[in-house]
Formats: sequence, structure tokens, C-alpha cells
Amino acid sequence: MESMHPKEKSKILEHKIVASLFFEPSTRTKESFSTAIHNLGGKSIGFSGTSGTSIAKGESLHDTIKMFSGYADLIVMRNPIEGSARYASEISKAPIINGGDGANQHPTQTLLDLYTIKKAFGKIDSLNIGLVGDLKYGRTVHSLLYALANFENVNVYCISPEILKMPENIIEDVKGRVNIKETSELEEFLPELDILYATRIQKERFASEFEYERVKNVFILGKEILKNTKPDFKIMHPLPRVNEIKQELDSCKEALYFEQAKNGVPTREALLSILKEVKK
Amino acid sequence: MNSEDVRLTPIKNGTALDHLPKGSALKILEILGLEAHDKAVTIAINTESRKLGKKDLVFIEGKALSTEEIEKIGLIAEGATLNYIENSIVKSKAGIELPEKAIGILKCLNPKCVTNYDEIPTKFSISRQPFKAKCHYCEKIIAGKEISEAVR
Repeated sequence: MESMHPKEKSKILEHKIVASLFFEPSTRTKESFSTAIHNLGGKSIGFSGTSGTSIAKGESLHDTIKMFSGYADLIVMRNPIEGSARYASEISKAPIINGGDGANQHPTQTLLDLYTIKKAFGKIDSLNIGLVGDLKYGRTVHSLLYALANFENVNVYCISPEILKMPENIIEDVKGRVNIKETSELEEFLPELDILYATRIQKERFASEFEYERVKNVFILGKEILKNTKPDFKIMHPLPRVNEIKQELDSCKEALYFEQAKNGVPTREALLSILKEVKK
Repeated sequence: MNSEDVRLTPIKNGTALDHLPKGSALKILEILGLEAHDKAVTIAINTESRKLGKKDLVFIEGKALSTEEIEKIGLIAEGATLNYIENSIVKSKAGIELPEKAIGILKCLNPKCVTNYDEIPTKFSISRQPFKAKCHYCEKIIAGKEISEAVR
């Protein structure tokens, strides 16, 4: 199932209302969900940013979710507070889709990442995947690592400065199910990689500007990295990027990140189609 | 309790906590809110113990512990002994175990966790080796001594 711009609008979500509750900024996640809802014939309600809502007046997450779960059949939520999606799922009558909860998880990004990998390589098993950049605060790589642990013989190389390492609790959770090597040197494992998944340094989640300044330019990928890589090597990135991937890579056959972003629509269409049937 | 403990004022009716790890008595007073208790509370710190080498003791007159309070103590002093005293006689004696789950008794130390924003009882799963508690919501882990600091 892949319908980016269907000629005939689907009726899968006809008469269904999806609430999009984006408590913090989003471009790809929000707009790809909007496109998916539109393509499936559904109606979208909700907000982007909390100004102009009762949240700005101090309304609790509990009350906001209770209210929207009375209006909508499904809720997509992004919130900077960690664990907010799980909490929302416990109090909502409508299914909750986590569109990112702070530095914790971003599971729908992972679904589209897996779809992108499968399309590019025909498989996910036995791939060598490097995760580079901000592995501490980057929620996409947290969710991706959990997902990769469900496939066979995947080797994950966690490449980051010491202060941005993959959280210990996540490494512990996937122990024995995925092979993990950690390094601060990008070059060390580059020739072995099938995929290099780059992430933005999450400025907004740092405790101090000083800490951010120390690491903001630590990995900047340019054409020079392609000198010593496998023939089918690919670069992925959840976007937005700041400066971690130079534009000179965009036209290379290795650059998969815009294709990856495009895959957000069919992936989210599939997810909405499945969840519309879920009764709580 | 042994003859080693005779320095402590005995209690008539209440709770005697024995075999507490050394240094844990003051934290137990805090988590049980005993500063507001209107009957005698007696503590001993760093007393000799054949079993532990050194141990703490807490005697509380006129109080029986709730399940929640016992679970809190289990997070700080697994293996301690809980004695119930009635009419100056030990009526029951039991070992305090580490709880498998901690509901509403640990604060999540992740300041970005939803439990520090909305009024939600915290939920943690507890494991022994290594000793750690995992938040049900934000999935962050509290480990070792951090756990006793997080008991509330």
C-alpha cells in the first residue's frame, strides 16, 4: 500500500475525526499525518503550538486529552514531556499515536525508517547500521534501536561524543538481541556500514548553551565520507538537518533522506488504517 | 532482637524494625513521616550486629505499618526484619522484601518526566541485579543509591 497522491480519494477514514495535538513544533510528522488523513478521507482537528488554547491558561495534559478523546476517533500527539504519550493512552478513550515525546521516543518515525530501509535494501536483517550524532537526546534513534532489536543479526554502531552517547537503559533493554558497538570515531566503522543514520544535535534539549557549543559541529558529513564506503551505502536522516549533512550530498545516490521523509505519508496512512479499527 | 539492643527503650505496642542497613534509620524516619508522630520513636545507628556487622534500628510506639510503608522500606532496607509488638511481646516477625513494583512511592528523577508535571502516581518496575527502578512513563532508570533518595 503506497498512495502518495491518489487519484481517487480513499474512504478508509470517511466519517472519522483525527485530532492532531502538537504541543511543540513539527513539520514532517504533522504535515505527513495531515496528508495521510486527507488521503484517507478523514477530518482533522487540533492545534499546533499551545498559544490560543486552554493549555496556555494552564490546562493539564489530563484534561486536554480527556476532552479531545471525546471529540475524535484517533489522537496523534507530540509533546515535549517524556512519557506523555503513554500517560495519554491510559486516560484516553481514543487510541493515541505518539508523534514524539520529548527526548524519549518517536515510534512512527521508526516505522517509516524501517519501510525506507526495506525498500532500499529489500531486507532489514543482517544490515550494518551506524547511528551518528546526538544519540542521547535524539528520540528517533532510541525508537529505531528498539525496533532493530526485533530483526535478525543486525549490527548497530553507535557513533557519538561521550556526552551524547546512547542512554544506558536503552542499551541494556536491547542487550543480546542486537549487536552494538560504541565509538566516538566516525571513520572507525564507516567501510563496514550499509547505512549511516545521522541525527541533528538536539539544541533545545541541552541544559546549557555551552554544552551545546562544544559538540554542535562534531560530525559534519560531506562527500569525502563516500571515498571508503560500500557500493550500496546509504545515508539517512529524520530531518530537519542543521549542518550535519552538507547539501553537496543531496544529489548523490547515497542520499536517502528526502525519500525517507516522503515515506512518512504511506507509513502513516497504513498506521491510521489499522488503528481506526481499534476499540479501547 | 538481641541483648545487644537493651540500650533502647522497649516499646509496649508498635513496630520494631531490626537489621536495617547502617545509615538507613534517618531516611526511614523521613519516609514514614515520623517527625510528626506523637508517641515515642527510638533509633539506634551503627550498632553491633552479628548478621550485618553494623546495623540501624527503629522502634515506633503506637504504629503499625501500611503495605505502602513496608514497600518503601523494602526499597531502602531489603532484608530488614519487621517485628510487631503487642503488650511488650513480639507477636509477629517477618523479613522485608524488595517489591517488584513501586506505585506512587518513588519520585522519577527525570525532570522532563510526565509524572513531574501532571498529578500522576509514579509507576516503577524494580529489579535486583543490578538494583534499579525503571519508570513506566519516561522509561528512565534510577539505580543504586539514587533509589533511596527517590523514595517519598
